[in-house]
Amino acid sequence: MSQPSEFALELLDVRKRFGKSEIIRGAQLQVRPGERVAIIGPNGAGKSTLFNLISGRFAPSSGEIRLQGQRIDGLKPYEINRRGLSRSFQVSNLFTRLSVFENIRCALLWSMGHRYAFWRFLADLEDVNERAEQLLEMLHLDKRRDVLAMNLTYAEARALEIGITIAGGSSVILLDEPTAGMSKSETKRFIQLIRQVTEGKTLLTVEHDMGVVFGLADKIAVLVYGEVIAFDTPEAVRANARVQEAYLGSVLAEQQAAGAHTA
Amino acid sequence: MSRSLSTPHYHFKPYNVGRWLVWGLFALVLGVSPLIWTSSLSQTMLSQMGIGIIACLAYNVLLGQGGMLSFGHAVYSGLGSFLAIHTLNQVSAGQLSLPVSLVPLVGGLAGLFFAALFGYVSTKKAGTPFAMITLGLGELIWSMSLMLPEFFGGEGGISTNRVVGPPVMGISFGPQIQVYYLIAIYCFVCTAALFALTRTPLGRMLNAVRDNPERVEFIGYDTQWVRYLAFMISGFFAGVAGGLGAINFEIVTAEVVGAARSGAYLLFTFLGGATFFFGPIIGAVLMVLAGVLLSELTKAWLLYLGLIFLFMVMYAPGGFAALIMMNLRVAAFGKLRQLWTAYLGLAGAGLGMLVGGSAMIEMVYHLQLNEALGPQLVFMGATLNAHGVDAWLGAGLLLLVSLGLFELTRREFKRQWDQTQEEIEKEIKRREAL
Repeated sequence: MSQPSEFALELLDVRKRFGKSEIIRGAQLQVRPGERVAIIGPNGAGKSTLFNLISGRFAPSSGEIRLQGQRIDGLKPYEINRRGLSRSFQVSNLFTRLSVFENIRCALLWSMGHRYAFWRFLADLEDVNERAEQLLEMLHLDKRRDVLAMNLTYAEARALEIGITIAGGSSVILLDEPTAGMSKSETKRFIQLIRQVTEGKTLLTVEHDMGVVFGLADKIAVLVYGEVIAFDTPEAVRANARVQEAYLGSVLAEQQAAGAHTA
Repeated sequence: MSRSLSTPHYHFKPYNVGRWLVWGLFALVLGVSPLIWTSSLSQTMLSQMGIGIIACLAYNVLLGQGGMLSFGHAVYSGLGSFLAIHTLNQVSAGQLSLPVSLVPLVGGLAGLFFAALFGYVSTKKAGTPFAMITLGLGELIWSMSLMLPEFFGGEGGISTNRVVGPPVMGISFGPQIQVYYLIAIYCFVCTAALFALTRTPLGRMLNAVRDNPERVEFIGYDTQWVRYLAFMISGFFAGVAGGLGAINFEIVTAEVVGAARSGAYLLFTFLGGATFFFGPIIGAVLMVLAGVLLSELTKAWLLYLGLIFLFMVMYAPGGFAALIMMNLRVAAFGKLRQLWTAYLGLAGAGLGMLVGGSAMIEMVYHLQLNEALGPQLVFMGATLNAHGVDAWLGAGLLLLVSLGLFELTRREFKRQWDQTQEEIEKEIKRREAL
């Protein structure tokens, strides 16, 4: 079809209207393969909506979204996922009545080619089972293998949330506030984990904690009122006059204070 | 990444003794039951139980495993019955050549076909809209049964003779016992197949769709397809049950597609326990016991059934299967002894409620239905005067007192139960730490 794009993910003039109010107003973003991007912005800037548009939860009202050069806007979430994009949720979104192991295994099945098979036993899918065990070890959930997802502690549930997201081996990963609600020490450990499991992948995160942003991201995208007003390295974004004026001057300080407060 | 090198643990499959034992026992029970209960009534009931087990297990693919509340599953078993009985009639008319033992498969294919047809519509939705569509489709087929008497046989239904042609190896399917063993074989195979389904990728994703359909869409699966495939599989097995029903009863009337039948599948699958694979088996056994024995015992059996259902929904939403499994867990930790006094209390109070309540129900039914026979009725060996104040007062008092006692013992039981669970949790933690 089209030749390989130089961008892993591309947003071209993406707009989203809910009724009369336009939440995303012509967002532009071009992310290169392997980049780690943190999306920041004040509350109500449309960060989560942007994630919902990219991952197919909602279809954009207009504009284009391209994954490895191919349009994905308007596709169903599972179609987008099969093309190599996976997302996590702000509130842990697990298979609550299945064990930790089964949660991970479910997330592996499609990508490992087992689809809707009802003529094969799960126990015989050695590739899937081995991979699931490996992932559990990586997530430090191997001791909790057979616990139902609904009985996990908050931090464990967050780790499983990330695990389900990355299990399928998608090349583009969206993480919606992965460390929300965690303590300082948990957060630190968790960033380490995210770095480890998203090695070599294109990563987009929505994050409020500036410590996480600067610890995890190569680039920062600043979203204000549904527009990306800056997209650059952390240092350049800090120095950006427009960001200073619109956002960093007041809100960043406020957020830093809030971050320090919740920690 | 080289997987073979990176995994230090090697595989060997232990011979799963427990599983062989359970399935062996199941086969044994199916095989030996008609030799223990030899009366024709019990053989009829055992045959019905076998059919019910297949139907309830098929239904539970939707309810327990897929989280789909269907109000119209009799459509698939029922249409399976009709297609099977028409096929049987064709065979006996010499227009078709098919062994009787394979006629249930015709029912299964019919169930599959109609599930594919109607399920395409209903499984586009989940939750309440799904339930509503199945209800609508159930009503639709029911009304069709009145409009198409050629196919549904009108009020008299369609009858057949299952003895077709000369016996093969001495089997003519004339005697009930031969039909029972046909049903038992189908029951075993279908149960095994449906259990196997729960161990496959599709079966597991069906659980995932039940738990969290939204997330399923984000790990590459189309939830509609998962539901649709499960619906068709469920329809197939329901149809097999229907086909066996046609052979067993040699008559199929429109009520097999009716809402009452659909409701019975739902009610007894729930009572048996939708959260465990074997729950619907208990449910099916209860379904036949209630339908044949309880209905023989009292005219008010549907009322009792309703009360039991209400009671279970409130106090044991996991059904009998969950009750059994929870108590087995307590027993495995050697703590059942702590609870037996509370159980005794619950049973005593429950019995009081039952006697008081049912005395009043029976008196009402007696006055309504058997007025001509006078006010006297025999209840549990005692003669009650349905016009007498003392009978009403006594029954009412017994009901109220035991209701109060039940609530008290229930609270005490709950306290003890929670404490036991806590102790078990602690014990598990301790063992993990070792």
